[in-house]
Amino acid sequence: MSVPHVRARSGRRPFTLATLCVAGLALAACSAPGSEAPASSSAAGPSATATADGAPTCGTAPVTMSAYFETGFPLPKALTDEFTKQNPNVTWNIREDQFAVITQNAPRVLADNPPDLMRLPQMSELAKDGLLKNMDGYATAFGWDTWPSSQLEQLRVDDAGRRGTGSLYGMGLNFSLTGVFYNKDLAAKIGMTSPPATLAELDAAMEKAKQAGITPIQQFNGGATGGLLFPLQNLMAVYGPTGPVNDWIFNKPGATIDTPANLQAAQHLEKWVKAGYFAKDVNSVDYATMMSRFIGGKGLFIFDGDWESANLDKQMAGKAGFFLMPPLEAGGKQAAMSAPLTFGVAEKAKNADCAAFFLNWVATDQKAREIAVTVGGSHPLGLPDAFMPPTTPGSVTAATLEAGAKVVQDNGAMDFIANATGAIYAKSWTPQVQKLAAGQQNPEDLLAAVQKDYESQVGS
Amino acid sequence: MPRPVEGTTTRPPGRVAAESSPAEKGRRVRRARRPAPALVGWLFVAPALVMYGVFVLRPIAVTLQYSLYDWDGAGPSTWVGLGNYAKIFTDPDLLGPILHAFQLIVFFSAVPVTLGLFVATTIRRIAQSRLAGIARTILFLPQVIPLVAAGIMWSWLLSSTGLVNQLLSAVGLGSLTRGWLGDFTTALPAVGLIGAWVLLGLCTLLLLAGMSKIDQTLYEAARLDGAGAVREFVSITLPSLRQEIAVCVTITVIAALSSFDIVYISTQGGPGNSTLVPGLQVYYLAFSERDIGTACALAMVLMTLVLATVLPIQWFNREDSR
Repeated sequence: MSVPHVRARSGRRPFTLATLCVAGLALAACSAPGSEAPASSSAAGPSATATADGAPTCGTAPVTMSAYFETGFPLPKALTDEFTKQNPNVTWNIREDQFAVITQNAPRVLADNPPDLMRLPQMSELAKDGLLKNMDGYATAFGWDTWPSSQLEQLRVDDAGRRGTGSLYGMGLNFSLTGVFYNKDLAAKIGMTSPPATLAELDAAMEKAKQAGITPIQQFNGGATGGLLFPLQNLMAVYGPTGPVNDWIFNKPGATIDTPANLQAAQHLEKWVKAGYFAKDVNSVDYATMMSRFIGGKGLFIFDGDWESANLDKQMAGKAGFFLMPPLEAGGKQAAMSAPLTFGVAEKAKNADCAAFFLNWVATDQKAREIAVTVGGSHPLGLPDAFMPPTTPGSVTAATLEAGAKVVQDNGAMDFIANATGAIYAKSWTPQVQKLAAGQQNPEDLLAAVQKDYESQVGS
Repeated sequence: MPRPVEGTTTRPPGRVAAESSPAEKGRRVRRARRPAPALVGWLFVAPALVMYGVFVLRPIAVTLQYSLYDWDGAGPSTWVGLGNYAKIFTDPDLLGPILHAFQLIVFFSAVPVTLGLFVATTIRRIAQSRLAGIARTILFLPQVIPLVAAGIMWSWLLSSTGLVNQLLSAVGLGSLTRGWLGDFTTALPAVGLIGAWVLLGLCTLLLLAGMSKIDQTLYEAARLDGAGAVREFVSITLPSLRQEIAVCVTITVIAALSSFDIVYISTQGGPGNSTLVPGLQVYYLAFSERDIGTACALAMVLMTLVLATVLPIQWFNREDSR
């Protein structure tokens, strides 16, 4: 008796499933995802709360600024604390995340939950999508357009989404600089009394360290972090001019990373790998491990940025030094990856004026500039003759600030090659330099592979 | 076990013919009364059905829809039809992750199921002693630990200065030490090891539960016939556990093919994409390359791949038990 009954039920099952599927589809939004047209982002200018000379302020009424910062970097918090001290009506509601998380969340956060001030990842797509406030109006009102143009160049995006020219879509809290840190104690052991003046001298120091049983370079390169890019780009600037590298990063038409000079750089890096100058387990070293090993005296050099200056001055007081990547010939021009610590304002931010006022305050207020150096370890933005706090002679901070001046003088600032497109670092550079470190990739194919990915990403 | 059921359903044709008329009458009566109980039934099912629709079917439908667009997650989108799928099937970079996923099956499925059978048999043999309970708890513990915690713990153990290398050095095998998760040849097996460790407890427990259902008299009979431990295992334990083994294999194969957490925490796909798996690739496509369309297309392909691998296992199991 039960047999026909069961059969009838099972005969209906496909129908029920089909209904469920249709219902599921009906539940789904049937219109195309995303906004139909990019929100037009007109230049924001001084508005309601403007001072007599036209520049916006935070007003006098209580304001709560929503901010989105990067975990592990104390500078923004130190600045906002000081800002509130000077402007008691402004309080801060700060959310913090790891940089990778910020990168992944940026479009959605800017669209759905627009912060007044946010640490920005690679920004060209964000600007193109109309998610970031166009700051040209503020730049005029505050006079940022009178600063050396190289300071804000990387924060300009044109209509096609190319960086380097066009409207201003962000501001820096300071600008950081990369180079080579060294352990002074270990350097003394191998007879290196002053920073190497040429690349050959640097090679010689590494070889001596290797002979003495000291790991010449501790560098992070594990997981999803291609840290060998730091020495690679420094070598690129040794073997060739910075212009073509910047053109590539800014997606200028026809730009290529696969140049003869860059090939020499990659070959030099491969030479270091083959000579065993990097730690044997370089592909499993993450950033934190690199820092703890270097601070613990387990390596002569690290390629890193001046955001660590204040930290190293504290943890290795007097025992750490810094130099810019040495040129091929003594006295030659020097270059460095140098980029503003980028912050932006959401297009839909409620307190954009106050955020702009804060950003201007960071670059102009004496106390703020002091914090930028002592907490951030890097050079503040602004006019060249603006106030600079005194630094301890011989400290890492003093060395990095001095190096910054040399880079400006040699016009040697480059953005980071990892910032050329949103995906180039994770998809191309990181796996490629990890393969190079393991001896599974050669310099020619490395550059060709990255260039191929770059073209498909820029083209799309 | 299924045999007796078959026996009862085969009825002499004569009886069926004789009963047909009253049965039809009964059915008509039932049909007239049906609406009310059916409605109540649907009401009972409704909450689960709504949840299923909103949290399972809708996301799948939306994923399918997004996979037909070129979209960066924020700006305007463009209809590309099956373009994203074409991109996936012509991209040589995508073959690697899929191969890695199948390699992981060895560690996620073969090792835990085989080892689980062995462990469960052993535990069952010492069932009376307190040791059995302790062993069960210890083996199941990894299942309770969040995968992220397991990933972090193992990345410490496997790091260049971790416990694994310390032990190797201690016994004079210092030449073997390496950053296990950062080495091209060992990264994928190391990730597989973490998965095997997590899934072993689940398989053991499922198999133990299955074993407790086996009629003890069968073992007694086998022993009287002079069967040894191996013969008992092959002739009684293994066939009786067919259902449980199929469940274990299904769960672990799905875990291997759609793995994400362990890989993301321990290697993030590195070094040099040697541990990149489709799940991680979907994530990178969506959140780092901001290519939602291709990410969704790959997710659909991954879902199809999982179904295509798992359904034959189910089908095989059903065929087998008939």
